[in-house]
Amino acid sequence: MSAPDFSALWLTFRLAFVVTCLLLVLGTPLAWWLARTKTHIKPVIEAIVAMPLVLPPTVLGFYLLVLFNPSAPLGGAWLQLTGDTLAFSFAGLVIASVLYSLPFAVQPLQSAFEAVGDEVMEAAASLRASPIDAFFTIAAPLSVRGFVTAAILSFAHTLGEFGVVLMVGGAIPGETRVVSIAIYEHVETLRYQEAYGLSAILLAISFLVLLFVYVFNRRQRVHVH
Amino acid sequence: MLAFLPLGVAMAGEARVAVAANFRMVVDELQPIFAERTGHNLVISSGSTGKLFAQIANGAPFDIILAADDLRPARLEADGHAVAGSSFTYAVGRLVLWDPTGENVSADRLAQGAFRRLAIANPDLAPYGAAARDVMTALGVEEAPGKKLALGENVAQAFAFVHTGNADLGFVALSQVLAMPEAARGDYWTPPQSLYRPIKQDAALLSFGEDNAAALAFMEFLKSDEAAAVIKRSGYEVP
Repeated sequence: MSAPDFSALWLTFRLAFVVTCLLLVLGTPLAWWLARTKTHIKPVIEAIVAMPLVLPPTVLGFYLLVLFNPSAPLGGAWLQLTGDTLAFSFAGLVIASVLYSLPFAVQPLQSAFEAVGDEVMEAAASLRASPIDAFFTIAAPLSVRGFVTAAILSFAHTLGEFGVVLMVGGAIPGETRVVSIAIYEHVETLRYQEAYGLSAILLAISFLVLLFVYVFNRRQRVHVH
Repeated sequence: MLAFLPLGVAMAGEARVAVAANFRMVVDELQPIFAERTGHNLVISSGSTGKLFAQIANGAPFDIILAADDLRPARLEADGHAVAGSSFTYAVGRLVLWDPTGENVSADRLAQGAFRRLAIANPDLAPYGAAARDVMTALGVEEAPGKKLALGENVAQAFAFVHTGNADLGFVALSQVLAMPEAARGDYWTPPQSLYRPIKQDAALLSFGEDNAAALAFMEFLKSDEAAAVIKRSGYEVP
């Protein structure tokens, strides 16, 4: 494998890892709230969370490009803080990927939390456990499956990201040139051999990751019974 | 079923034109003039030259391709998908260095690196990108420090990077800048043609349209003075 291709692969893994960690941290409270809330705007929030599933990546990418613009509030603040634009940077890709993979983290977590049931949480409360305490000692262990599924799907989805990165990345080696962009460039320039190689690696990893989710979920289910 | 086809079709023909995205607007402008002169109609599809090429190679029913380069039409001819000897250069793209905020744009600004981020089309993928690299090499701005460069998949994306303000300077097509309202054109520098390889855009008559009178007529119309005037006004040279 050529050095630039290896660098693209390594960058992709770094991106997927950072995004997965962030999504678990941000997705957990959001999913918990969605699972417990009685508010009538819940469907609205759920619809917003699910939007990246149906929006074309170019739409999301274009909005992000407008948002990252140094004269927009977000892009401007970032430029002040770091001296760099959000577009064409690793940080920009992280933000883009967190939004793009959000439903893949929130939805499995939400269904896991919904399965926890109000009775156990009320029982914990009656034993004077604080809500935070009850979450970590009761709800979280009961939702392991949701956490593993959320983490793995977020990771795999970020690995395969293409359209959004194409819009906001700028194909900078070691910074934003992820593996799907590298493959695209190989195909467009008729370097099919390199494209085959990288594609095969991505295919194998994606399969193994998904296989793990299904095997794990099955085991867990048997365990619970 | 065939008996119900309107007889008029034979006279007022129809040509299916696959046009590179960057030239789409010009063809839209040429269409009514062509229809008025010949009575023929155009059905226009646009996309990147690479994708149109792949579609045609796989049997897409287009009569004419207006590509964004001269390589793909030549290849189509060689592979037997286009009529041998039919291709010709219908437009030559002009490259400009552009700053929409209208700050002084010149070769010096590029050479001094007086920009936060320079957007160009990917030189490996797009003719405008290769031309931009030629200019940078000619000016001795060897591959501006990697991180200051943002590569678009094509020149339309390089333009979007600059237009949205994410890059403050970019190599784009003159035709793109001229398509903006005059107040939004900012400042641009036009490098002399001698600094970069000509961005030749070739048309070819595809095997599918070999016997299509409307397609043949449009190939001729593209070479006319009337068409040339529209093409030039849109920011291209004609050969």
